[in-house]
Amino acid sequence: MALPWIILFSPLISALLILFVTKGSRTLSGYVSVAAVLISFVASLAVFFQADPTAPNQFLWLDFGNQLQVPIGVTIDKLSKAMLLVVTTVGALVHIFSLGYMAEDEGKSRYFAGLSLFMFSMLGIVLANNFVMMFIFWELVGVSSYILIGHWFTKNSAAAAANKAFITNRLGDFGFMIGILMVWVASGSIEFVKVSQTWHGLHLNSLYLAAAAIFVFCGAVGKSAQFPLHVWLPDAMEGPTPVSALIHAATMVAAGVYMLCRVFFLVEASSEAQNVIAWIGTITAVMAALMATQQNDIKRILAYSTLSQLGYMVLAVGLTGHDAAMFHLFTHAFFKALLFLGSGAVIYAMHHEQDIWKMGALQKKMPVTFITFLVATLALTGCPGLSGFFSKETILGTAFEHNRAIFWLALGTAFLTAFYMFRLVSVVFFGLGKSDHASHAHEVPPVMKYPLVILGVLSVIGGYSLFAGNFLTLPHEEGHGFVTLLAIGAFAVGAFAAFAIYNGKRQEPVQIPFLSDLFANKFYIDEAYAFLIKWTQDLLATYVAWFDRWVLDFGLVRSFFAGGTYGAGLVLRFLQIGNLQAYAFMFGAGVVAFIYYILFK
Amino acid sequence: MGVTLNNYLLVSGLLFTIGFAGVLLRRNIIIIFMCLELMLNAANLSLVAFSRFHLGSNGLPDYNAQILVFFIITVAAAEVAVGLAVIVALYRARQTTHVEDINNLKF
Repeated sequence: MALPWIILFSPLISALLILFVTKGSRTLSGYVSVAAVLISFVASLAVFFQADPTAPNQFLWLDFGNQLQVPIGVTIDKLSKAMLLVVTTVGALVHIFSLGYMAEDEGKSRYFAGLSLFMFSMLGIVLANNFVMMFIFWELVGVSSYILIGHWFTKNSAAAAANKAFITNRLGDFGFMIGILMVWVASGSIEFVKVSQTWHGLHLNSLYLAAAAIFVFCGAVGKSAQFPLHVWLPDAMEGPTPVSALIHAATMVAAGVYMLCRVFFLVEASSEAQNVIAWIGTITAVMAALMATQQNDIKRILAYSTLSQLGYMVLAVGLTGHDAAMFHLFTHAFFKALLFLGSGAVIYAMHHEQDIWKMGALQKKMPVTFITFLVATLALTGCPGLSGFFSKETILGTAFEHNRAIFWLALGTAFLTAFYMFRLVSVVFFGLGKSDHASHAHEVPPVMKYPLVILGVLSVIGGYSLFAGNFLTLPHEEGHGFVTLLAIGAFAVGAFAAFAIYNGKRQEPVQIPFLSDLFANKFYIDEAYAFLIKWTQDLLATYVAWFDRWVLDFGLVRSFFAGGTYGAGLVLRFLQIGNLQAYAFMFGAGVVAFIYYILFK
Repeated sequence: MGVTLNNYLLVSGLLFTIGFAGVLLRRNIIIIFMCLELMLNAANLSLVAFSRFHLGSNGLPDYNAQILVFFIITVAAAEVAVGLAVIVALYRARQTTHVEDINNLKF
């Protein structure tokens, strides 16, 4: 019974320990944090091998009688067990990798405290057994993400990116909160188990069902960076690379998908909501893949790729394939964390250079990084035999069964994925060294190398049902030979096209007028938002200023209060005639009027 | 036909009216002051009359009213002392006792 609580609180204790005790010693802080995440990992393994508990493991936190009861408790089922392992495995590897990556950093203690706090919040989301608890940890994840993105806060771009991430997430979370309230109003409970049992029996208006599901989905749109709130994720790459691997590839952004799977009964109840979710996922997947084809920053390419893959998962949820979504989340966590850590190794070796056109020919100088990176790329792009192939194929199969338009778009995305990933690989690892740093790069230290290798192994085996079947409910395989063939085709065409176009090139060879600019500038969505916000803000400010100046200042204050007081004084001064007897007369008249009023009214 | 309560009240009312008219109409502040005393005594008269005609269950008059009259007389005496002192001070300052000359507090 105590194990889940150990998993949850050991990172928090580590964060507090670093904050109050070991802050001064950077080395010690790192080890404390790594130890905490390893404890969580081992405890997760232990929980995994235990049988699911039958009695609820919770205590009552807030009690408002029959109206609302908010417990703090843990859910242990197949879904949360798998997610616990994903989070703690990737988390542990990223922590260890960080020991090397952040070795020289001034704020190493702060960084590891932030990582521990993040692990605490993320595990809280995974373990939460009710909406309110999940929402609390949801916000905590936002905060720790803010702290970690803004780790190098003296850099303006990092501080701005941290703000952007936090504010954009808040937008989505607001919807999530409304969704939670709607669920509570309708069902009277906020516990997942209770709501999921009663939700179908409530016979609610279909509009209400759709609205509740979509508002809850808003939370996922924010955290999982779906269109139109995807703008924060690429900017979040301002944070240290291991953070990008942990938070913005494997865990935090997957929280949205995990949440959707957890509350899948809401999605299941409304086909309108399913449509919205599926299409948002599709739009995100296609758009992000298009944007990725024209980016030059190694981390940004991976960020867009993450967006695109998250879009895949969301569209799978929307097509009621939540098992497929979880499967893809599971495999994606490993190979995407590996890609980010690999890019971290490259950036480390390149002395913090992130422009892919300054790299090149790294495959001989960094063989381990190259091989693991290549494995992850093949897994991501869906090369047969690697993990991504299986999970992506299940999603494509789901799409093929439910919605052909989405299927073709998803297939196009698979092609684009192969294209931009092999563009990245051929520019960074093959061809010629395009700068001094690239020619003098060398392999990273073991503390960074071994996490890569472990993740590489997981990326290979993660998709086989022999392995993944232990953790997940794998979607039922229909066996679409046609779909498999198309998926392999998309991979092969994309990979070879990219290789043919980009191998040995010194600068971007593809220049399609208009489209290139459009993709490189992320469809000008940031600019559109900036314009829109400036425009609405100016408009609002104009009206508010007008209202303040004429209605409040002039109308209310100057005319009504000041004018009224002045006018009353002006009238009343005529009574001050200075004649004692006139005052006496008025007094007498007043008394007579008063008596008259009392007696004869 | 004896003297009734109404007769007393009539006299009291007449006295009060005369006093009030004097306060309103006379110009000399000393006369106004005297008229004020007249109004007080008109009130005293009606109080005594009420006391006389409002017998309690034991056949005795209501002494509350008479006590109030003594109270008024005492206060009036004090008021006369203060009031006359003010008038003397006013005369010394302004060399007049006419109220229409003392109107500095108009707007």
